[in-house]
Amino acid sequence: MGRMKIIPDAKKKELQQILEISGENVKDCMQCGKCTAGCPASSSMDILPHQVIRLLQLGQLDKVANSQTIWSCASCFTCTTRCPRNIDLAKLMEAVRLTIIRSKGSSRLKADDVPGKIDPKMPQQAIVSGFRKYNK
Amino acid sequence: MKFSYYPGCTLKTKAQELEKFALNSAAALGVELEEQKEWQCCGAVYPLAEDEIGTKLSSVRALAEAAQKNEKLITLCAACHHVIKRVNEDMKTKDDVKNKVNNYLQLAQDYQGEAEVIHYLEMLRDEIGFDKLAEKVTNPLTNRKIGAYYGCLLLRPAETMNFDDPENPSIIEEFIKALGATPVKYPYRTECCGGYLSLDNKELAQEMTDNIMKSALKNEVEELVTACPLCKYNLENKNGKIAISYFTELLAEALGVKE
Ligand code: SF4
Ligand code: SF4
Repeated sequence: MGRMKIIPDAKKKELQQILEISGENVKDCMQCGKCTAGCPASSSMDILPHQVIRLLQLGQLDKVANSQTIWSCASCFTCTTRCPRNIDLAKLMEAVRLTIIRSKGSSRLKADDVPGKIDPKMPQQAIVSGFRKYNK
Repeated sequence: MKFSYYPGCTLKTKAQELEKFALNSAAALGVELEEQKEWQCCGAVYPLAEDEIGTKLSSVRALAEAAQKNEKLITLCAACHHVIKRVNEDMKTKDDVKNKVNNYLQLAQDYQGEAEVIHYLEMLRDEIGFDKLAEKVTNPLTNRKIGAYYGCLLLRPAETMNFDDPENPSIIEEFIKALGATPVKYPYRTECCGGYLSLDNKELAQEMTDNIMKSALKNEVEELVTACPLCKYNLENKNGKIAISYFTELLAEALGVKE
């Protein structure tokens, strides 16, 4: 008999939203850790990539949403390419970021912040991609 | 050989060399690249959210124009290539995206993923052939030990990008060999440089590029090449000990058209 996971109703809606935005099924993850093993940004993550999935399986969205991890993920798709269960963790990271920055006034990066972060050599690509990732 | 060509915003500003050397070389190889008239910025990152449509429209416009001309669409920037190729896959496989995009764009003919987008390197490999390219080299880059820096966007996700083996690619090494130089493989050539993190998390991007540089140095790479302006910028950080240039600069040099 499997253990029952009780997820509070208020969280269910947000979790459902994350699954819909990402199109990924967190239940497929078997916690092998391959995503974490290959993640080039893991040194600055407070929750490791495989732990992100586990927390989502358990419905503990707040821990993920409040983590540094989602802002350290570089969308490099290494985990995406290596997951033996075909889970696109990069999409889940994006979905969590979006549930935060899509609400009004919650952009991670504001237009006024940009001039302080750029230098003369920085390519447009950096500004456009950073802005697309952190501002809605 | 004629293709539709999508430059992207960075090639018109900070990465003009990537484009200039590519166009000179194409002319030397007898390839005509016709720049699309009204291309729009691809957005630099593929929208990973399933419910985002608006940020895919510029890619579809470029693809639909190429399809209408019955030409393949050529890209140069790794990020543009990544975005346009993945959007094209969505237009082939996701009915929801296809319907919404076509409803919005109202093109003369619905677009359903008919165009093929190829990166300039794929054009060299698959349309011209590296053996033919080698024959056209007038100024072989003999005795130069060059490392390829692939990064993420050309290779991953592998099924969609379908560019090369995502863990052990060889296309840029074969390219380097065709130009008469010696390719040097080093383990971190497919690791991420940090990408957009350099805007808001510079320390992490710095750490990631340091790892790549260390790996290249350890394997005695003397110069690096890339197809991505952001990778180049990140790798040129304060600890960057190896010079990095665009692959097209090497090409132009070997073909004797680098002015
Ligand atoms: S690699 Fe895939 S299956 Fe393994 S822990 Fe990561 S997400 Fe789960
Ligand atoms: S996409 Fe994000 S979580 Fe996955 S390997 Fe890259 S940085 Fe790590």
